[in-house]
Amino acid sequence: MMKFIHKTASPPYFYKLAGLWQPWLAAITVLLLLAGLYGGLIYAPTDYQQGESYRIIYIHVPAAWMSLFIYVVMAVTAAIGLIWRIKLAESVTVCSAPIGAGFTLLALVTGSLWGKPMWGAWWVWDARLTSELILLFLYAGVMSLYAAISDKRVAGRAVAILALVGVVNIPIIHYSVEWWNTLHQGPTVTKFDKPSIDFRMLVPLLIMALAFKVYYVWSLFMRLRVELLDRERNTQWVKSLLMDNKE
Amino acid sequence: MNQSSLINVFVALVKRDLLLALRHRAELFNPLMFFVLVVTLFPLGTGADSKLLQTMAPGIIWVAALLAAMLSLDAIFRSDFEDGSLELLLLNPHPTSMLVLAKVFAHWLVTGLPLIIVAPLLAVFLGLDSSLTGLLLITLLLGTPVLSLTGAVAIALTVGLKRGGILLSLLVLPFYVPVLIFSTNAIEMAASGLPVMAQLWILASLLILAITLTPWPTAAALKLSLS
Repeated sequence: MMKFIHKTASPPYFYKLAGLWQPWLAAITVLLLLAGLYGGLIYAPTDYQQGESYRIIYIHVPAAWMSLFIYVVMAVTAAIGLIWRIKLAESVTVCSAPIGAGFTLLALVTGSLWGKPMWGAWWVWDARLTSELILLFLYAGVMSLYAAISDKRVAGRAVAILALVGVVNIPIIHYSVEWWNTLHQGPTVTKFDKPSIDFRMLVPLLIMALAFKVYYVWSLFMRLRVELLDRERNTQWVKSLLMDNKE
Repeated sequence: MNQSSLINVFVALVKRDLLLALRHRAELFNPLMFFVLVVTLFPLGTGADSKLLQTMAPGIIWVAALLAAMLSLDAIFRSDFEDGSLELLLLNPHPTSMLVLAKVFAHWLVTGLPLIIVAPLLAVFLGLDSSLTGLLLITLLLGTPVLSLTGAVAIALTVGLKRGGILLSLLVLPFYVPVLIFSTNAIEMAASGLPVMAQLWILASLLILAITLTPWPTAAALKLSLS
């Protein structure tokens, strides 16, 4: 088992493997996205209260799920990278941050688009929106810390420490924001009733969530391949790879 | 060479940092002046409506304290990093996390405690009800050490960088959100006559959490910055 992990985590082997997987991941992403969008925009029935505008949840909710999921992935790989000094794990932490920030931004923008007809304002200091905004700041911190340190090996580990501190803080921040809001405004904000969602609405949502997950893996692999080439540019395998391509 | 115990080293380190701070009194006063200045700017910006200021007072004082604490963070490790004494500190046989705790404690005595001493004056400036001043001080007493402790992690990560200023605020401020929320909320609740023990307990538990957890990542980040 350990042998398999070490083999897969070695940069040259992973570079090749990720290259093989890429077209498949791309195809699955596109298929799932098409199916999910068709299901969400056409197949799912209109909501009796919110009309057609509820359909933005098919982008918003999966994006919000992914924004938290990716931070957890970053923290887990950060721990792996710090404990076992696996270079690939460090790279996963670093490469996930921009994707996670993208999903967070997407969730914020779609949330505010949905908020305009529903709440009558582009921005409401709703607990979930606010903690999502703070999550965006956390992602931005990780990205700019990585950009600021010129030695990328050191930068990778600094980011790993920050991601671990962040993941301890996220629940604290989330619940404190939730508490702050409920005490300030009371439950005037409409929320989704998760259990009472129609089955025909739920299935496209789950398909979209899956599509976003596969998309994450796909774009992560693309970023990882570039990152690995960049980090290992002085090693033999990168040189021979470049030589092979030239011929 | 005699092996000194951890307690002795801890006390010696705190004494040394306090002495250093006393010799650089100007640096000591700068965060304090900043704190007073920011609070003074608010009435100028929002108008001197005493009712408005009264409701905003806890928020203004706490946000100003947050910014002042953040600006003073740089002093924890910067000068030691530049003259090389930080490297000697890491060579010390005692656990680095404990030494970090000593340095942060000394830093809090120098920068956090003066904020608490000035705060009643600012509360008067903003017309905060005098019965609430005590509570404001308690929240500051529980909250500002948390700011120093969590800020130490971020400053340890960025101490090796030439321009860490803006980056530091991006790293630190999201972590300050819970302290801000619970402190200001406690004062607002008390103003409307509600019990505030829950908020104070949460602030106390945040403090204990910060004391026990943050020295490790700070020590790890320092080692990384010096490598």
